Amino acid sequence: MAARAQPVARVWPGIGAAAVVAALILGTLAAVALRAEAGRGLSPSDWAALRFTVMQAALSAVFSVVLAVPVARALARRAFAGRQAFITLLGAPFILPVIVAVLGLLAVFGRRGVLNAGLEALGMPAVQIYGLFGVVLAHVFLNLPLAVRLILQGWQTIPAERFRLAASLDFGPGDMWRVLERPMLLRMVPGAAAVIFAICLSSFAVVLTLGGGPRATTVELAIYHAFRFDFDLGRAALLSCLQIAVAGAAALIALRLSGQGGFGAGMGRPVRRWDARGAGFRAMDAAFIGAAALFLIVPLAMVLRDGIEGLGQMPADVWRAAGYSIGVALVSTVLMLSLALPMAVASARWQGLEAAGLMGIAASPLVMGTGLFIIVYPFADPGAWALAVTALVNAVMSLPFALRVLAPAARDCIADYGRLSASLGLRGRHWLRLVLLPRLRRPLGFAAGLAAALSMGDLGVIALFSDPERATLPLQMYRLMGSYRTEAASGAGLLLLALTLAVFWGFDKAGRYGADD
Amino acid sequence: MKAFAFAAGVVLATGAVAETPQLTVYTYDSFVPDWGPGPQVEAAFEETCGCDLNLVAVGDGASLLARLRLEGERSDADVVLGLDTNLIQSARETGLFAPHDVDAEFDLPVAWDDPVFVPFDWGYFAFVKDAGLEAPGNFRALGDSDLKIVIQDPRSSTPGLGLLMWVKAAYGDEAPEIWEGLADNIVTVTKGWSEAYGLFLDGEADMVLSYTTSPAYHLIAEEDDSKAAVPFDEGHYMQVEVAAKLAGSDQPELADAFLRFMVTDAFQSIIPTTNWMYPAVMPEGGLPEGFETLIAPERALLLPSEEVPALREEALDEWQRALSQ
Repeated sequence: MAARAQPVARVWPGIGAAAVVAALILGTLAAVALRAEAGRGLSPSDWAALRFTVMQAALSAVFSVVLAVPVARALARRAFAGRQAFITLLGAPFILPVIVAVLGLLAVFGRRGVLNAGLEALGMPAVQIYGLFGVVLAHVFLNLPLAVRLILQGWQTIPAERFRLAASLDFGPGDMWRVLERPMLLRMVPGAAAVIFAICLSSFAVVLTLGGGPRATTVELAIYHAFRFDFDLGRAALLSCLQIAVAGAAALIALRLSGQGGFGAGMGRPVRRWDARGAGFRAMDAAFIGAAALFLIVPLAMVLRDGIEGLGQMPADVWRAAGYSIGVALVSTVLMLSLALPMAVASARWQGLEAAGLMGIAASPLVMGTGLFIIVYPFADPGAWALAVTALVNAVMSLPFALRVLAPAARDCIADYGRLSASLGLRGRHWLRLVLLPRLRRPLGFAAGLAAALSMGDLGVIALFSDPERATLPLQMYRLMGSYRTEAASGAGLLLLALTLAVFWGFDKAGRYGADD
Repeated sequence: MKAFAFAAGVVLATGAVAETPQLTVYTYDSFVPDWGPGPQVEAAFEETCGCDLNLVAVGDGASLLARLRLEGERSDADVVLGLDTNLIQSARETGLFAPHDVDAEFDLPVAWDDPVFVPFDWGYFAFVKDAGLEAPGNFRALGDSDLKIVIQDPRSSTPGLGLLMWVKAAYGDEAPEIWEGLADNIVTVTKGWSEAYGLFLDGEADMVLSYTTSPAYHLIAEEDDSKAAVPFDEGHYMQVEVAAKLAGSDQPELADAFLRFMVTDAFQSIIPTTNWMYPAVMPEGGLPEGFETLIAPERALLLPSEEVPALREEALDEWQRALSQ
C-alpha cells in the first residue's frame, strides 16, 4: 500500500475548486450578516431547536447506516434478475421532492394508510406515525437508499482477486467479516453517516410535518422564521453558522474515524463470490433485500397510483417547466463535476478538502439564496439569473455526495497506480484520460446521476429569485398544490419522479457501460 | 448592407419597446400561473393602460415583504400586490410605501380607510371538513372532541399566523387554554397551506385550517359538493389581501392607475374563481353561482393591524408552550 500519493496530478485545481465552494458558502453567509440590522441574537427556543435538530439528525443517520449495511451486503454478494433495476430504483426516494415523498409515506404509514387499514382488518391497534418516530422513519426512507449505494460502492472497491484468494483459503463468513468487510465498512460507514447527518440537519418540511408540531422545530425552521417574519438577517446568519459548525464537526469526526488505506490494486475484473452459499445465508439476504424493497417501493407505488390520473390534467406549463428543469439539472451536473473531480484528486493529499465540500449540504438554502440575492441584486435583475443561480447552488449542494463517492475511489487509484504512472511518465491530462477516468467511471456516473437528479427535484433558492417566465417543475408542482389542483400536482409529482429517475439512470448506466456488473 | 438593415431593425425594435412604459408588480406565487388571476388581470389592464404589465412572483405574502426589504429603495417594483392584514404593520414600518388615491366603496365586513394599503380581496379563515361530518361549533367544543385537525405553522405560513390571531382575537388572555385543549386534536403542523390541505384530502385529518371559500373551488371547478366549511360561533378571523404603491416607483402615475383599476369590475370579477376569495368591491354581476352555498359567518374578527406585531410575539409564545408539552 502506498504510504502517500505520488505527484501524478496537480493539487492546486482541487484547492481552487474548494476555495470557490468555501467562498460561495461563507461569502453568501457574510453578505447576509453584513446586511443585517441589529437583531436580538439567539433565544432559548433556538437552542432547544438546535438540540432537537442534532438529535433527530443523529438518529436518522445511525438508523440509515445500520440498516443499510446488511442490505448492501446482500446486494454485493447476490446476483438476481432485476438487481440492476432495483439498485437504480434505490435512488428514487432520495431525489424526490420532499412533499411527494411525505405524501407517499403517509399513504402507507398514515392514519388512512395501507398499513393501518391492514392492522384494522386484523383487529389490531393503529400505528401513529407523527412524532420523532415519523421523522426518523421518513429520513431513513429518504436516506437509506443513499447509504446502501455508498456502502455498496465500498464493497465494489474490494478487488475480485481478494474474493478469489478468500475462496481458495476457504474463508468462512467470520473470516470474510474480519479480513475484508470490517475494514471496508470502517472506511465507508463514518463518511456515509456524516453525509446523512448533514442532510438531516437542514431538513425542515419533513421534520415539521411528521414531527407533529412545534416540539419538532429545527434550526432551519428558526432561520425561516427569523428571515420571513422578523426580517432578522443577523439571527438567520448566526443560525446558519451553527448549522454549518455542527455539520463540520460531524465531518471531522467521520474523517478521523474512517482512517486511510484501501485494498490495493486489482485487475478490475468482475467479482465472483464463493462465500455465504448456504441456504440460511441466502434466506437472510433475500429477507433483507425484500424488506428494503417493500419499505422503499410501496410508498413510490403510491406516488405512481396517485399521479397517473393527474397526468391528463396537467396544464401545458408543466411540460415547459419540465424542460427547464432538465436544462438546469444538466448544467448543474457539469458544474458539480468540474468542482468535484479536481477536489477528489486533491483529497488524496489533503483529506480535509472533503470537509469543505460537506459544508454545502449543511448551509441553509434560504441563507445561501438570500446571500446570493444580496450579491447579485446591485448588478443584475435577479429574475434573469434565477435558473443560473439554481444550477450553481444545486451543484454545490450535491458536491458532498459526489465527493463521498469520488474521493475514496480517486485516493485508491492514486495510491495503487500513482507510482507506476509516475515511473512511466504519465502525468496531467494523459494520466487523467488513461488512468484516472477509466477507473472512476462507475463512481463518476453515479455522482453525476445523483447531482442531476437532486437538482431536478430541488426547490431551493428559486423561490426567492423567481423568474416570471421560467418556473422549474418542482415550483410548478407547488403552484398547482397551492391552488387546490391536487390531482394535477400529483401528476406533476409523478412526472418529476419519472424524469429524475431517467436522468439518474442515464448517468449511472453510462458509468457502468461495458463494465460487467 | 444586410447587416446594417438588421442592426437598424434591432435598434428600432428596442426603441419601440423602450417607448412602452413598463409597470412592475410583485405578487405571490399562486397569483401568476395560467390558472391564477395573473394572465387575465394582465390582459385586462394592458387593454387600457398603453403599458406593459410585468408580474413578478415571489413566494408567499411574507416572502414578498422580505424581498422588498432586501431590495430596499432601489427596488424595481412599482406596486406590491398580496400582503395581508397580518403583515401590514411591518410593511408600513419599512417606509417603502406611498399613499394611494383610490376612492372606492369596499364591500368588506369591516370599515376600511387605510391611506396606503388597498384591499383587492378577502376571506374568512375556517376549518374545512367532509360535508357529512358532524363538526363542533367553536374552539372549545373542538378541543373537547376527538376530531383530528391539521394546521399550518405560524412561523412559516400566513394562514398559520391567521389562526393564531383568530384564537387571540376571540379569546384574548384565555388563548393558552384554548391551545391546550386543541393540543390532542392537532395531528400535525405543516410548513404551508398546500401541505396541510394535501394531508386533509388524503384523509390524514378530519378538518384542515383553510378558508370559508375553499368548498367553492371543489363545487365550481370539480363539481364536487363533498366539502364544507365549519361555522364557529365565536366568529371567524378575516384575511384581507392588499396592494400598495412603492414610494420609489419610477411609474407613479401608472401605479396609481393600476390600483384604481384593481377595484373596478374588470379586476374584481376575475378574483372569485381564480383566487377563490371574495372580491373587495362587489362586481356588477355579483358572485358566481355556487358561492351562495358557502357559510356566512355571523361575526367577522380582525385585530387592528398596528397591534399585530406585539400580539404575534405573545401569541406565538403561548402557542409554542401549549403544543410543546
